[in-house]
Amino acid sequence: MLLIPCPFCGKRDEHEFTYAREAHIARPTNGEQMSDAEWAQYLFMRKNPKGVHYERWMHAKGCRRYFNVARDTVTHEIYAVYEMGQPAPAIERENGR
Amino acid sequence: MSQVNRLPHGGRIDRSKPLRFVFDGRAYDGYQGDTLASALLANGIVLVGRSFKYHRPRGILSAGAEEPNALIQLGQGARSEPNIRATQIELYDGLIAESQNRWPSLTTDFGAVNSLFHRVFPSGFYYKTFMWPKSFWMKYEHFIRRMAGLGKCPTEPDPDRYDKLHAHADALIVGAGPAGLAAALAAGRAGARVILVDEQQEMGGSLLSDRHAAIDGKPGAQWVADALAELRSMPEVTLLPRTVAFAYYDHNLVSLMERVTDHLSPTSPEALSQPRQRLWRVRAKDVILATGAIERPMVYADNDRPGCMLASAAQTYVNRYGAAPGKRAVIMANNDSAYQVALDLVDAGVSVAAIVDVRESADGELAAAARARGIDILVNHAIVSVAGKLAVREVEVRRMAGDGKSVTSDGRTISCDMVLSSGGWQPSVHLFSQSRGKLTWNQDILAFVPDRLLPGQNNHSVGAARGVFSLSGCLVDGHAAGTAAATAAGYTQSAGNTPVANAQPAHGPMRALWLVSSTAPLGHKAKHFIDYQNDVTAADVALAHREGYRSVEHLKRYTTMGMATDQGKTSNVNALAMMADLRGISVPEVGTTTFRPPYTPVTIGAFSGIDKGDFLDPIRKTPLHSWHEQHGAPFETVGQWHRAWYYPKPGETMHDAVNREVKAVRTSVGIVDASTLGKIDIQGPDAAWFLNMVYTNAWTKLEPGRCRYGLMLGEDGMVMDDGVTSRITENHFHMTTTTGGAARVMAWLEDWLQCEWPDKKVYLTSVTEQWAVLGISGPMARKLLSEVAPDMALDDQSFPHLSFRDGVVAGVKCRVYRITFTGEATYEINMAPSYAMHVWRALMQAGEKYGITPYGTEAMHVLRAEKGFIIVGQETDGTTTPQDLGMDWIVSKQKPDFLGKRSLQRADTKRPDRKHLVGLLTEDPNEVLPEGAQIVAELKDKPPMEMVGHVTSSYYSPNCGRSIAMALVRNGRNRMGETLHLPYEGKVVKAKVTEPKFYDPEGARING
Ligand SMILES: [Zn+2]
Repeated sequence: MLLIPCPFCGKRDEHEFTYAREAHIARPTNGEQMSDAEWAQYLFMRKNPKGVHYERWMHAKGCRRYFNVARDTVTHEIYAVYEMGQPAPAIERENGR
Repeated sequence: MSQVNRLPHGGRIDRSKPLRFVFDGRAYDGYQGDTLASALLANGIVLVGRSFKYHRPRGILSAGAEEPNALIQLGQGARSEPNIRATQIELYDGLIAESQNRWPSLTTDFGAVNSLFHRVFPSGFYYKTFMWPKSFWMKYEHFIRRMAGLGKCPTEPDPDRYDKLHAHADALIVGAGPAGLAAALAAGRAGARVILVDEQQEMGGSLLSDRHAAIDGKPGAQWVADALAELRSMPEVTLLPRTVAFAYYDHNLVSLMERVTDHLSPTSPEALSQPRQRLWRVRAKDVILATGAIERPMVYADNDRPGCMLASAAQTYVNRYGAAPGKRAVIMANNDSAYQVALDLVDAGVSVAAIVDVRESADGELAAAARARGIDILVNHAIVSVAGKLAVREVEVRRMAGDGKSVTSDGRTISCDMVLSSGGWQPSVHLFSQSRGKLTWNQDILAFVPDRLLPGQNNHSVGAARGVFSLSGCLVDGHAAGTAAATAAGYTQSAGNTPVANAQPAHGPMRALWLVSSTAPLGHKAKHFIDYQNDVTAADVALAHREGYRSVEHLKRYTTMGMATDQGKTSNVNALAMMADLRGISVPEVGTTTFRPPYTPVTIGAFSGIDKGDFLDPIRKTPLHSWHEQHGAPFETVGQWHRAWYYPKPGETMHDAVNREVKAVRTSVGIVDASTLGKIDIQGPDAAWFLNMVYTNAWTKLEPGRCRYGLMLGEDGMVMDDGVTSRITENHFHMTTTTGGAARVMAWLEDWLQCEWPDKKVYLTSVTEQWAVLGISGPMARKLLSEVAPDMALDDQSFPHLSFRDGVVAGVKCRVYRITFTGEATYEINMAPSYAMHVWRALMQAGEKYGITPYGTEAMHVLRAEKGFIIVGQETDGTTTPQDLGMDWIVSKQKPDFLGKRSLQRADTKRPDRKHLVGLLTEDPNEVLPEGAQIVAELKDKPPMEMVGHVTSSYYSPNCGRSIAMALVRNGRNRMGETLHLPYEGKVVKAKVTEPKFYDPEGARING
């Protein structure tokens, strides 16, 4: 059970949040011009990395705000939380992690 | 004579408070402070159970959580509980306990024939025996389940209450032995918020069984009492005895189970006035693991005879409980700690026949003391057999050969009634391992110790839990960790001085001897048990090795070693080390076991707490709920809502009632409580633009005062929700959603606004419970409304279909929508919930002359199905497009973009032969198809047949005078008139494909 620092409310238990998919996938504005394969890339394909993952969470049982989280999928370390619209921060991890 | 093995004095039991208890139908006496195990031993009872597989007679092995043998059925009736460790059951007056896994009695057990046939129960026996023939499994299973298996579950509901609690701490300290107490004192004095837990009834850990320890110049027990008194005086310190920390999750979340009343008679007023157990979830900044260590038994021939016990357990029974496990002990050890046990036993008047030391010499301080007391010490010797089926009678000892892998002929027998062994100590690293910390092997103490912590977790193992066994080492460790936790949390007060221990005898080196040889080859004549609870022997480990199951995970699954209630607390390392010996590699090369929650079994009731029955999930009721109840309506659960299903009159079946309600709507007027509809208030200058994006049809030109049906798609083009949205003013809309989809739609809309279109000015508010909704529907609806709302103009020009008007209904300000889910003229009257009952009653009264009929969700479904109106989630399943539903008409061709638009152009969504929504009319008009029934085009004699679709909705329609159904059928729109087959319940029903519209297909009735 994660302890997630909501940028608006502070640290709260995971059960107050809903996970809301990978972050930084902009909705294409030219969908009509895209091939099925390109559209499928946007619609279906996700990174699923081992390590740092940039993802969205929503504080469903709190402020109901969406925000971004940089989380390690192996250790569940949360390296950063940042508001919607901000760029993904570069995460440098210590050696051996 | 009662309590034959109770020592005349000593121990922490209260001899002035006798307790009476019953074991296997016989009454015995014990004292306040006893566990069931110590009381049984005091009464001379050593045989307490039968083993799982071989039904071998078993006694008490340990004095704590690691107990594999003494599993007890505790209590009676609904409160009866299986597999409870006798070593952890606190005695209370009137306690009733039974041994398990024996029939008819402990001393005569028919299942023991399993022992004679032990060759049919080797490791991997389930896999090997039951692979073939498959059909035999049923027969084997019946036999095995009866013979194997432990206690019995009660069949009645659990009558006890359970509770849950959440807490935060600067330091959660697990274990209140010397290290844990030192840590708590340091952190508490510094001002930190501390929770100190210990699984035992009394805090103090090893100090409670130690007669020699002294700290800060005080006897150990006195120091414990003073420390606890000081901790109790600190307002930020919480002491939780009888509480086990059983699980360690991410980000320092630790689950505790507090046994609040388990030490009391379950029907006493004190027990009944409190929850039985309490589940704590503690989020701690730092967790200090002062969990101690567990002694390992030695693996020798027939080491499971009743009377075979861990050396430290015997010490605990004698020193702490004043109960001798027997009269005359033989002790076998590979280390010095067992010598202290011998000295304590002799001091207490229990005779020690010999110490059998597998090491080549024993020259330490403690060995010298034992020699001085006249104890016979046999170095480089081993116990090679234990005689006595129901209780230890004598042992045979032999001098070992040089390499320790065999024994010489030099030896003798020694009569005794207990065999105490010590194979060294394994730190209790369970919680550290659960926190996903990595272990490392320490060759000096022959044990796994904590190594690296997982980043993101924060805990510190102290004292014996990290392999520091000396008392002063534990105190130094604990004090330092407690100080550090408080400092890290920002507390600056003094943590006081490190407690100082008196001098303790030094311990010499151990000998790694994982298997004690016998006179016969392994697996012959005698059994060397490694895992008592699963009856896994050294021969089983050797067999696993021969058959290639050599890694720790394979070994575990193949032999079942380390499974069941004790999770291998006394056996894992012995099995791993033996495998390492067989493979000629080091223990860590074989692997370490990964510990998973729970540390000890947890009552399911504690997990559910009060969240059961009516409290499992919130119940949402409409403001008219009590009226529905008074009128006999059963309720249908839709999400958390309870909706009136139908209103049976006396003598009516559900079918009768629904038919009557459905007919009334078509012939006169019906009234329905539609308050559960999801409602979202949408405002802002970009509101119309936003609706254009989230619905498939166009919204910008909708005039204020008008309503429109909308279909919402996922970005994959699949139908997600539907509903009617109305334009209140230019920048203000009122959206309705399905009852079950309200929360999901709200989150979906918020998601797009916050994440994708944050620059758009649109504001959403859930108003589901701010508006009650009463629908009146039918040819007399307009007439009825005109009588209760005389000031509202209701003609089709002033108030057309798909519009709304504000007005006064029955004296109440209402907003009336003219929209329909039945196909009849319908007014959905919205008002503040507090007025709903008044308006409903006024309509019922005014409508009496028209035969106004309240109808429930079932009639509502029949009515909409007659019209072919879909229900999202019933006609759709997340793979259904608007085209599949035949709803092209609602998908805008002009709009440049909306959610799901591009996906509708994908090759797969454009496919002409997808599953389409069609109507089905059965050949027999009285046959009502089951919803979900599978449809085949080409009927064969027997399966497999190709299935082309399934029934989504099916009802008897009184207005059509026959059954009607809707179905999703592959290429369905091109099958009109075709006959399809539905095989189910041993028959085949024929049905014709039609348009999914069964009543008033041209929509003529909408204006009444
Ligand atoms: Zn928040």
